[in-house]
Parts: sequence; structure tokens; C-alpha cells
Amino acid sequence: MPILLELFLTFFKIGMFTLGGGYAMIPLIQREIVEKRCWVAESEFFELLAMAQSSPGPVAVNASVFVGYKVAGKTGSIIATLGTTLPSFLIILVIAAWLVDYRTNPYVESFFKGIRPAVVAMIAAPLYSLGKSMQIGVAGLALAVAVALLVAIAGVSPAILIAIIAAASLLIGLTRKPAPEKNSDANIP
Amino acid sequence: MLPLIQHEVVAAPHCWLSIADFIDIVAISQMTPGPIAINCATYVGYTVASSTFGAMIATFAVCLPPFIIMLTISSFYLKFRENHYMEMIFAGLKPAIIGLIAAAALTLMNSHNFIDYKSGIIFAAVFVATIAKVDPIKLVLASGLAGMIIYF
Repeated sequence: MPILLELFLTFFKIGMFTLGGGYAMIPLIQREIVEKRCWVAESEFFELLAMAQSSPGPVAVNASVFVGYKVAGKTGSIIATLGTTLPSFLIILVIAAWLVDYRTNPYVESFFKGIRPAVVAMIAAPLYSLGKSMQIGVAGLALAVAVALLVAIAGVSPAILIAIIAAASLLIGLTRKPAPEKNSDANIP
Repeated sequence: MLPLIQHEVVAAPHCWLSIADFIDIVAISQMTPGPIAINCATYVGYTVASSTFGAMIATFAVCLPPFIIMLTISSFYLKFRENHYMEMIFAGLKPAIIGLIAAAALTLMNSHNFIDYKSGIIFAAVFVATIAKVDPIKLVLASGLAGMIIYF
């Protein structure tokens, strides 16, 4: 299959099953992109999440842009974003155009009553294995808990937290072991 | 993003929609696939312009800024990821990402998503199945079906 078509179909599938908000996309991306197709390495996946969460806009769009760009450049990011947004676009269009009584439809209502707690479980369950594979340690765990509480309870913006933590880890890294000058510039073209 | 959309489409100078219509649109956006903000934009675009073209324009516009910003970040990242300083930054960010995902899960543990003890059972079952690496698409379909059996 041509890579662009595969990219489109994969993200179409992900867009189709991202029910209950953009975070529901995380387990889908992990399965379809990281495990099945290996377009993004496991270690890269965490970095992708950091970027997608701190950049403005829906996490789902941001993640599509990154994966699309990595797989097939700018065209790839356009194709992936189209794939993600098209299923919901078509469904909304049908509902809006034919004024389908969707919201109060008892089938839809009961379907979503089942899905909502499931989505929360799908987001929460991988946390333990994620933490383990990242080897974050006790200090990392404390930081993770602090971030979770600050965002969920105190309502601090994730982008601001990411910026502060990024700056702090750069500072700590620099004071611990100064970067060898050759190495630090080696990858700048 | 939703308060922003509300402010722009319900309040002056646009006054495109009544607050009741907007609340309806948000509810439908939550019950359709895809990011809520984008669904909302599609719906508002269709309603305000009464055309598919309006829906396309609104959806395109709401995707464009994040698209451009994320494209810039992605190309920057792919160029500099081996860089020593970038590695330092991402090492520190790892726990923060775990924290952000945990925050998302915490925020979703509310009375909208958990309506009774049966929600708790679905949560527990899917939690175990996710750890056992069951395909998330199958889990979404199975839990929706379970919902129809339990609640219909």
C-alpha cells in the first residue's frame, strides 16, 4: 500500500474511534502507530505526547501532524490531519444537515453511557507501565503526582508547567555535567 | 477551547447562536467521534452558514493554527532531538507527561462519566483488559455494547 494511503486510512480509523474527547486517542495511537506500524518508537511516543499536550489546539490534531510529518513530511502531516478530522466531520454534517435527533436517541445515549467510564480506564490503565518503562524513579514519581494535582485540581495550564519543567531540567542538567562543546553542536546543521 | 468558542459565537459582535443552541451543539460534539472542539466548530460552521461549505471553512480554520504550530515544532524536534540539551529537557519532561495523562484521567473521573456502580464495573473491566493489551478499538465497541445492554 502506498505510504500516504496507509497514513490516511490509519488516521481515519483512529479518528473514527476517538470517542469521548481527544485524550481517548492516546491508547489508539499507541496501538496503531507505535505497536502495529512502528512509525514512532516507544521512546519517541512520550516526547510526542509532551509536544502535543503543550502545543495549542486539540491533542488529536497535534499528534496527527507530528506522526504525518515524521512518516511523509509536510504532505504526510496534511494527510494524517485530514484522516483524523474527516470521520467526525462527516458524522457531524449528517447530524446537522438532516437534524437527526441524535442527542436524545436512546441507543446513542446508552452506547455512550457504556463508553465514558471505559475511556477513562483506557487513559488511566497504561500509566503504571508507562512510568515503569520510562524508569522515572522516586523523584520522577513525585514530580508526576505534583503535575497531575496541579493540572487536575488547581487548574494550572499544562503548557506553562511543561515550559517551567523544561527550563528547570535544562538548568539542572547544565549544573550537573556541563555539556561537551563538540557534542552539543554536532547535530545542528 | 470550548469557552473560547462560546465567547466568539454566542456573544456580541457575532451573536451567531443562542446559548441554548450552543449547549446542544457541545452535547452532540461530545457524543460523536473526534476532538470536541473540532466537532463543535464543524457544527457551528454548518449552522451559521447553513451550508457544507460553512462547516468546511470553520473546521479548516480551527485546525490551521495548531497545524502550523505543531508542524514547526515537529520539524524542529526531528532536527534537534539528538542534541544534548534536548535530551536533558526531555529527560525532565518524562515524569511531567505521566502527570499530564494522570491529570486527564483524574479530570474525567466525574459524575458525567460515572453515573452509577455499573460505570465502576465497566471501568474496572476495561482497566484490566487494557493492561492485558486488548485492542482499544474492540474495547470501545464492547463497552458501548455493554452500555446498550445495561442502560437501554
